[in-house]
Amino acid sequence: MVDILFYVFSAFTLISALLMVVSPSAVNGAMCMIATFVGTAALFVLLEAYFLAILQVMVYAGAVMVLFLFIIMLLNVEEGEGGIGKEKWTVAASVVGFTILFVLIVSTFAGSGHLPELAPAIVVDNPEGAVDGGFPFSTSVKSFGYSLFSKYMLPFQVCGFLLLAGMVGVIVISKKSSEQLEAEAATAREKEIG
Amino acid sequence: MTIGLNTFLIVSGMLFAIGILGVILRKNTLVIYMSLELMLNACNLALVAFSRYNGTMDGNLFVFFIITVAAAEVAVGLAIVVALFRRRQTVMVDQLNALRG
Repeated sequence: MVDILFYVFSAFTLISALLMVVSPSAVNGAMCMIATFVGTAALFVLLEAYFLAILQVMVYAGAVMVLFLFIIMLLNVEEGEGGIGKEKWTVAASVVGFTILFVLIVSTFAGSGHLPELAPAIVVDNPEGAVDGGFPFSTSVKSFGYSLFSKYMLPFQVCGFLLLAGMVGVIVISKKSSEQLEAEAATAREKEIG
Repeated sequence: MTIGLNTFLIVSGMLFAIGILGVILRKNTLVIYMSLELMLNACNLALVAFSRYNGTMDGNLFVFFIITVAAAEVAVGLAIVVALFRRRQTVMVDQLNALRG
């Protein structure tokens, strides 16, 4: 049963990703992208990463894609050719894409043998400390907290700083420079007088 | 579940290939940006699969960080696209050829 679900969800994810790449309209592409993210979240659920699945839907399908749609509609790039470029570029892109796909599949199969089958993960309330340098896999959100505040303390802090830097950067980029503002004010004043 | 790690990795690899296809093929900066997000997402899927089949929590934590960084990256990148559109009135990469000699 779970196997069938896996095939259904991966087909859904791959088809909507492909539709995103080939659809001529950017808004349709964004809609297909949302479907791709939801499909990936379903695959996360099959891998028993429930917290990440929720996070994926909220952050990617929610926040990020809404921002994308907002910008697409703000810039209004619908008209004109948003589509695929020249013939030779199409061929080159297909060659590169399929080469990478081929290499990935071959390296997947030519690599090591099969890994042992795992029993379903145990839901632990208080994950044990770093066993062999890592927390054991569990489905509880609590183990995220334990890992974030012990083993990954520094990356966690750096992430917070990065978000702050991103916020400041967006403000600096999208702000008009003071000379521009002064020039606009000057033209407005001239219009009033004239 | 009888699905092995390899099957998940193949799905992840196909997603990554589709993403890179979009980056090369498309002319619209916003669609190129969405394809980049798709490639990040493919890496997330591979990391979660590794974490599940290895029996440790680390891969899930990496995905957590990748989602954070991607959200910050989208905010800054879209601000750059808007600034670019203000100056050049286009977001098509074949018209943004100021560096062409």
